[in-house]
Amino acid sequence: MLGFARTETFRHGIHPPEHKDDTCHLAIRRFPFAPTLVVPLSQHLGKPAVPIVREGQEVVRGQTIAEADGFLSVAMHAPATGIVRRIALAPSISGDMITSIYLQAQPASSQEVAEGEPCDLASASSVEIISAIQKAGIVGLGGAAFPTHVKLKVPEGKHLDTLIVNGVECEPYLTTDHRVMLEQTADVILGVRYLLRATGAGEAIIAVESNKQDAADKLRQQLPDDLPVTVHVCPVKYPQGAEKLLIQALLGREVPSGGLPVDVGAICVNVATTAEIGRLLPHGRGIQERVITIGGPGVRHKGNYRIPIGTTVRFALEQTGTLKNLSRVFLGGPMMGAAVSNLDIPVTKGTSGIIAFTTDEIGENIEVYPCIHCARCVEACPIFLNPSQLGLLARHEEYLQMAENYNLLDCFECGACSYVCPSHIPLVQYFRLAKKMVRKLEPAK
Amino acid sequence: MSVLHKTLGIGSSPHVTSGDSVDTIMRNVVVALLPVTVFAVYVFGIAAALVLTTAIISCVATERFLGKLSNRPGTLGDWSVTVTGLLYGLTLPPHLPLWMVAVGGFFGVSIGKFLFGGLGSNAFNPALVGRAFLQAAFPQAMTHWNAPSASGQFFDIPSSTLTIPFVSPVFDSVTAATPLAMMKFDGIQTASPELFFGLTSGSAGETSSMLILLGGLYLIARKMMNWRIVVSILATVAVISGAFAFFDPVTYPQPHFMLLSGGLMLGAVFMATDPVATPITNAGCWLYGALIGSLVVVIRFWGGMPEGVMYAILLANAVSPHIDRMIQPRVFGVRRGTG
Ligand code: SF4
Ligand code: SF4
Repeated sequence: MLGFARTETFRHGIHPPEHKDDTCHLAIRRFPFAPTLVVPLSQHLGKPAVPIVREGQEVVRGQTIAEADGFLSVAMHAPATGIVRRIALAPSISGDMITSIYLQAQPASSQEVAEGEPCDLASASSVEIISAIQKAGIVGLGGAAFPTHVKLKVPEGKHLDTLIVNGVECEPYLTTDHRVMLEQTADVILGVRYLLRATGAGEAIIAVESNKQDAADKLRQQLPDDLPVTVHVCPVKYPQGAEKLLIQALLGREVPSGGLPVDVGAICVNVATTAEIGRLLPHGRGIQERVITIGGPGVRHKGNYRIPIGTTVRFALEQTGTLKNLSRVFLGGPMMGAAVSNLDIPVTKGTSGIIAFTTDEIGENIEVYPCIHCARCVEACPIFLNPSQLGLLARHEEYLQMAENYNLLDCFECGACSYVCPSHIPLVQYFRLAKKMVRKLEPAK
Repeated sequence: MSVLHKTLGIGSSPHVTSGDSVDTIMRNVVVALLPVTVFAVYVFGIAAALVLTTAIISCVATERFLGKLSNRPGTLGDWSVTVTGLLYGLTLPPHLPLWMVAVGGFFGVSIGKFLFGGLGSNAFNPALVGRAFLQAAFPQAMTHWNAPSASGQFFDIPSSTLTIPFVSPVFDSVTAATPLAMMKFDGIQTASPELFFGLTSGSAGETSSMLILLGGLYLIARKMMNWRIVVSILATVAVISGAFAFFDPVTYPQPHFMLLSGGLMLGAVFMATDPVATPITNAGCWLYGALIGSLVVVIRFWGGMPEGVMYAILLANAVSPHIDRMIQPRVFGVRRGTG
């Protein structure tokens, strides 16, 4: 491949205001334990975990409370020392009720974290590391919550040469990955070692955006010479954190439509996930807390917090305080994060942030105009779809045509098209619905 | 913590938007057209101001009237019909009888925009539809041009302007052939500086290439106009006419004359770029521009009329959906031909 074909960044995309300054300089702080923690058994893509505790049982922080159900599943760990109050349905971000373990934290306890069987980097085999990662309950902490060990298992016949550690964090407001790279640099590097061993990849690239230059510098400083790892600083652009786009940006390779990164010899793991692997595996511990950004204009004490899994959004916002004219709260960044209607849903492994907006950010009823064919959406779509045409078809409920002729299923719902549309057409909102309809209409495919 | 107990809005992501909207874009087009508009009044006097005002009022009134009839209220807020009205006025001869201006405005908005389904659905640029109608209905009045800057006549209202409807107008102003007509019928090529600054006869807003380009640059800088269309049209005209002028400089005008004369600048910058009736891909826009450019040269050189920008754009508008059908972006991870 010619030298100039290697791109610094992917093509298209948008530049929403970053809004990271509020929190990117704030060190990670520990969040208090809520009186009751709600641990859903399904916080990841795949099969729910199976509880191995009874109601009324005492558990120690870090203890495994639910086990993986098969390969496409991960374990759950107690976020606090306390008593299992009940195992019952609890509301979730999707609106569905999910079986969850309600844990009453014991205020008097020291909240010491239980240790398990360590996974020794020096001696563990690839299979052992992958199984340890599953036991530690590790999933993609960037938001996708895909079980990490599943990704790491390279399918027969595929060859993997590059591990990409994704520290791009392209969503506005979020600064967790940034802080993790700065404060847990050693964990990240150790995590990379585990991941290289597990996958057999020859080299690793840690990717960050240029608004996190300090993190890149720190990583470069601390990376030992014996590791085939480089740090790559990409220009800031949304949605660079999407793995297919990041692979194109770094390696110039295009993951085929419907394919996986491993099809082009690469794999992407979020940097916070990597840090957790480096932090937990040596002690045989599991994920029972994570770092999230609590921020946005509606929050009083913005910051990055290490928060127990299962803390409800309500408790979190009560601790940080909110403004009076709060109008919307969502989990994750403003581009892809889901709005919560019920504040009693818990923070899960996939929650990267709680962002609150006030009535100043969310205008009343924005007027929707017809599509004026301005092509801004076409210029924004990183997948090179035609959102204008797709939007038109969606309005006429031509879902199958959207999929067959306009590659609807390649849309990964980044929302760039909706962001730029001067007619305020809810494009990605249409596409989410259309994708559901297509899956319903052609279940065989 | 009472605020955490009230019902919060939901609504799905993205929770932020760029802040641009159709009305901001349209308002910016109006801003971009202001220099051209002011200049038109300066050069052609009060008569031009009356033509422009009538054009805008007739278009806005038509939109409002039809909106009421069909229960589609509130379409004025998007400013698009104001842009249409202003653009339409700028393409008209400055001494055109006002009643004709009004009839053309009504026609352009009702047939050119409303019949197609309103904003976003018009296959043609409504301003040009209105003008094309006038050209067909009143060919004489539409080709009566008065000289620019007739000194001391700024406040004169020519008798033609106030002609009673359906009575053929009497033009009392000094007639002056447009640069293109002089070229076509007499073989006289107007000097470039005059063309560039706009000191020639012609439609109210087409004479000053400089101010038109200024407005275009403003919109391009604000990312509210696809520059590829403009460049493609102008480059095509320059290349084709340049080739002819090179081999036969006696018969054919120089390319810079082709670029600066007539309605080409106004058409290329403000008419051909109406996003609704242009292709959606950049590749499509290059093709669309090349089509307009070629048609302009063909009509000007071999057609019966001295000017062909309007028809070239209308024709290309008609072809635009077909260009879109032919040229779609190549989807990420899909090879051409297999998707
Ligand atoms: S949401 Fe889908 S269609 Fe819209 S820009 Fe993103 S990938 Fe493209
Ligand atoms: S951005 Fe909106 S108005 Fe512009 S082409 Fe896309 S859908 Fe149409």
